[in-house]
Amino acid sequence: MTKRLLTAALLLTVSVIPAFAAKTSLVVGMPIEPPGLDPTIAAPVAIREVTWVNLYEGLVRIDRAGKIQPLLAKSWEVTPDGLTYTFHLQEGVKFHDGSAFDSADVKFAFDRARDPKSTNAQKQIFAPITSIETPDPATVVIKLKETSGNFLYYLGWGDAVIVAPESAANNAANPVGTGPFKFKSWTRGDRVDLVRNPDYWQKDKTKLESVTFRFISDAQAQVAALKAGDVDAFPNLGAPELFAEFQKDSRFKAVAGNTEGEIVAGMNNAKKPFDDVRVRRALMHAVDRKALIEGAYSGFGQPIGSFFSPNNPAFVDMTGVVPYDPEKAKALLKEAGFGNGLSISIKSPQMAYASRSAELLSAMLSEVGVDLKIIPTEFPAKWIEEVFKAKDYDMTIVAHTEPLDIDIFARDNYYFNYKNDTFKALVADAAKTTDEKARYAKYAEAQKILAEDVPALFLFQLPKLGVWNAKVQGLWENSPIPSNDVTDVSWTE
Amino acid sequence: MIKRSRIPLNSALVIGGILTALLIITALVSLVWTPEVPTRVRIAMRLKAPGEVGILGTDHFGRDVASLLMVGAWNSLAIAWPAVLLGAAIGTAIGCAAAAWKGIADEVAMRVSDVVFAFPAVLSAIMIGALVGSGPLAAILAIAVFNIPVFARVTRGVALQVWTLDYIAAARAIGKHPLRITWEDVMPNIAGALIVQVTIQLALAILTEAGLSYLGLGVRPPNPSWGRMLSDAQTYLSQAPHLAIAPGIAIALSVLGLNLLGDGLRDALDPTLKGRGAAA
Repeated sequence: MTKRLLTAALLLTVSVIPAFAAKTSLVVGMPIEPPGLDPTIAAPVAIREVTWVNLYEGLVRIDRAGKIQPLLAKSWEVTPDGLTYTFHLQEGVKFHDGSAFDSADVKFAFDRARDPKSTNAQKQIFAPITSIETPDPATVVIKLKETSGNFLYYLGWGDAVIVAPESAANNAANPVGTGPFKFKSWTRGDRVDLVRNPDYWQKDKTKLESVTFRFISDAQAQVAALKAGDVDAFPNLGAPELFAEFQKDSRFKAVAGNTEGEIVAGMNNAKKPFDDVRVRRALMHAVDRKALIEGAYSGFGQPIGSFFSPNNPAFVDMTGVVPYDPEKAKALLKEAGFGNGLSISIKSPQMAYASRSAELLSAMLSEVGVDLKIIPTEFPAKWIEEVFKAKDYDMTIVAHTEPLDIDIFARDNYYFNYKNDTFKALVADAAKTTDEKARYAKYAEAQKILAEDVPALFLFQLPKLGVWNAKVQGLWENSPIPSNDVTDVSWTE
Repeated sequence: MIKRSRIPLNSALVIGGILTALLIITALVSLVWTPEVPTRVRIAMRLKAPGEVGILGTDHFGRDVASLLMVGAWNSLAIAWPAVLLGAAIGTAIGCAAAAWKGIADEVAMRVSDVVFAFPAVLSAIMIGALVGSGPLAAILAIAVFNIPVFARVTRGVALQVWTLDYIAAARAIGKHPLRITWEDVMPNIAGALIVQVTIQLALAILTEAGLSYLGLGVRPPNPSWGRMLSDAQTYLSQAPHLAIAPGIAIALSVLGLNLLGDGLRDALDPTLKGRGAAA
């Protein structure tokens, strides 16, 4: 009895403390550690999930609804021909190292990103730019050689954040931006610590004093960390089968939202037998997407038949174009000369969605006489080296999480090795089209081409299974752009 | 080393023998028959409890757990056997040479053994995997490498004793070559100890294979492996505990069986024990 009283007394004192001051630190869990902290020189999503709008800011940003909002540019004008953009910049903005932000930094950042030697992952953003002028420190005039329907939208991405000439070269290890949080330390293999930027230009924008990103790849350990309170939020829980128990637990908020990530089993289109569209279609016909989602992701996630996010207004459901039809698959394989079987391999990274999907694909393809050998690989380092750069693979499987990235199938030398001039011209044309309706129609057409041509097996849209402490407010439920925007996060109580 | 059990000699041998025989029979039967095609995915029947579908239920892809376990037994042995035999062959040769020539050869062999022995099998598997590509071959080589010093030491120890016996001294006196002495006089005397060691190392090899497959360094999916079944089962522990329990018990029983068999054999083959039994 005394013991119980003591415990009660102890509990009381403990629970009284937070009532005076809400917590001001946040620990966010992530499944994959970024290879560096500069989103303007490399593709991995993990870089953006740590840095975008927390550390670095662009002229504009994408909000939680996927809409464009002003950021370092307080306003802008576009000439009626759609070729000249004039940005009016925020004044009094300082980088974390104390240097002032002005139009010269914008010019530097964009020139650096569009330089032929730049390794920026989304160079198409900057491709239409012919000149960047800086008439005064608070004004930037960007001239385009052709109209770009998505230009402003792209400027909201992590690839287009503004970096300073004094610090840009070291940003991968020691990032310097203009955001509300600045870099404190990075313990490799474990965590990145950010602290509040006291000189941030939007006074009192953030309520948090510090943010820690912890990297926990094992799903079981993610759950344990959440339950132990070591991690306050896991915006992308690694194991869908463990998500359900959080849905029932009132201490947590569990939200199943959407991402922009299409899970596709990419094929090496330049390599035999994938250079034959009949083989690619046969493989697609062999895949039962619904069963795959059930087995690989406990039924969360929407089937896709092409390469476009269902969140996008231009999305058209293409799952019926090459539907599940094992008989058709066998017939097509026979026609292509593989009636006696076909032996291929898939390089499968460690993420559960990928390795499970690979195993299911192997089982489904074996039903139509295709022997799919699974070769495990490690994402991102080994995968980038072997598949993305060296293109040493038959098939692979990853989620492509950039929004509006259908043009990756139009890129020369992209890892799919896919070449289709009609598609390329169409996507380029769509990107130039400023009229919304006409642009959507062109994107619909492009989706159809991919669905019919099957340069990759289109599987499903990766859901965003977020779990966080019920007292944490302001995290995103969907992710229209890969990010962990913590600038609006606060603790209740 | 493993402590001699207190249970009577024959029961260790009998229980160990039965469990090991069961393991081998299961593995062999899986080559010709399993209740279901082990790799067959049946999404509609996923995560069914034992008895509901199949005697051991189904996994997260609706595959039959009993069939996966059976083929897993074969895959386990298919890696453990060649690995231990390879390690035993090389290790025994080194140990015999060290005992026959002593001196510097002995010193070098034993110090090298110490170094190799210090490497955990997982680390060798990663290094060998980097050379030959991770997969069953890397697992076999890694487990073999880890077994070489074990057999080198055991062989050297018992062989040295044999070399001090009078009839060996006699054989040397008539000018018999050390290789012939090793083959004709030493080997028959140390065979018992080696057989015991092989049994015990097999148990360890099965455990190591499970560990390597658990880490994704052993048998490749979709080919079933006990270690990977355990690793896959982790996140389903609250929903479908049978997925972890089944391969867990299979591994435990196999290792227990081989260890008991090793103990029983040791007692049955140990000449000193036999002598003592006769005197009593």
